[in-house]
Amino acid sequence: MMFAVAAFAVLVSLGLAVIRALAGPTVFDRMVAANTIGNGAILLLAVFGFLTERPEFLDIGILYALLNIVGTIAVLKYFRYGDLGHRGGEEPSQ
Amino acid sequence: MIPELIVDIVSGVFLAIGSFFLVVGSLGLLRMPDVFTRMHATSVSDTMGAGFLILGMIIQAGFTLVTVKLLIILLIFFFTGPLTTHALARGALAVGLKPVLFDRNGRKRAKEQKLVQEFGVVEVRDQPPARPTDPARAEKKAAAKTRKPAKSRSRKSAGGKSSGGKSPGGRGGSSSKR
Repeated sequence: MMFAVAAFAVLVSLGLAVIRALAGPTVFDRMVAANTIGNGAILLLAVFGFLTERPEFLDIGILYALLNIVGTIAVLKYFRYGDLGHRGGEEPSQ
Repeated sequence: MIPELIVDIVSGVFLAIGSFFLVVGSLGLLRMPDVFTRMHATSVSDTMGAGFLILGMIIQAGFTLVTVKLLIILLIFFFTGPLTTHALARGALAVGLKPVLFDRNGRKRAKEQKLVQEFGVVEVRDQPPARPTDPARAEKKAAAKTRKPAKSRSRKSAGGKSSGGKSPGGRGGSSSKR
């Protein structure tokens, strides 16, 4: 029973994050919201696996967590340096 | 062994606490005025919400492979949360976003501004920034500015007065001009 409540809470949190992702004025607001959506999706997968008594969903959750971090860092790097192949490092200014 | 009722109750309590923190964090993400404060609100749901939810599921699972997988997910959360937040904050600062240091009425928040100046991260503006989230209000403000450009400067010099005293004066000035 509590798993259903938890799944509903995760869905509510995902909905609020989607609103922020649609409304966010800057790209960084959208990235914060996208990160939250990814984490919520992982939690939703885990809770749904327990709800239906199929814990195999956890593997998908782990995979999704790894993809989420890579995607967030890639988008942030693109918006900071304008190029995914940038060598990184500190800019002289700022 | 431990009776199942106790396991259900304890894991249910943890799941309820985790759900609460998750919804609170997302509400903060929706309500906060600024990228940086929104990141702060998100960290609540990333640490407390996810942590309590996974703890509740671990208690339900017992000593199995499922627990190991849940611990791996928890570990990934603990490492990626600060990492993405740090990258986001640095990216936002590098692009030139600045923290909002004014409250809803346009008054300065003296404590936060002093703190930011001590850190020396950003320079502090004297004027509250135009709000890009509210297009209707921005249009209204732009129309007012084009109508009488000297008005905004006088409002800035008025400073910390209450907004209730200011708006009838502005209205009276515009009517006298008409």
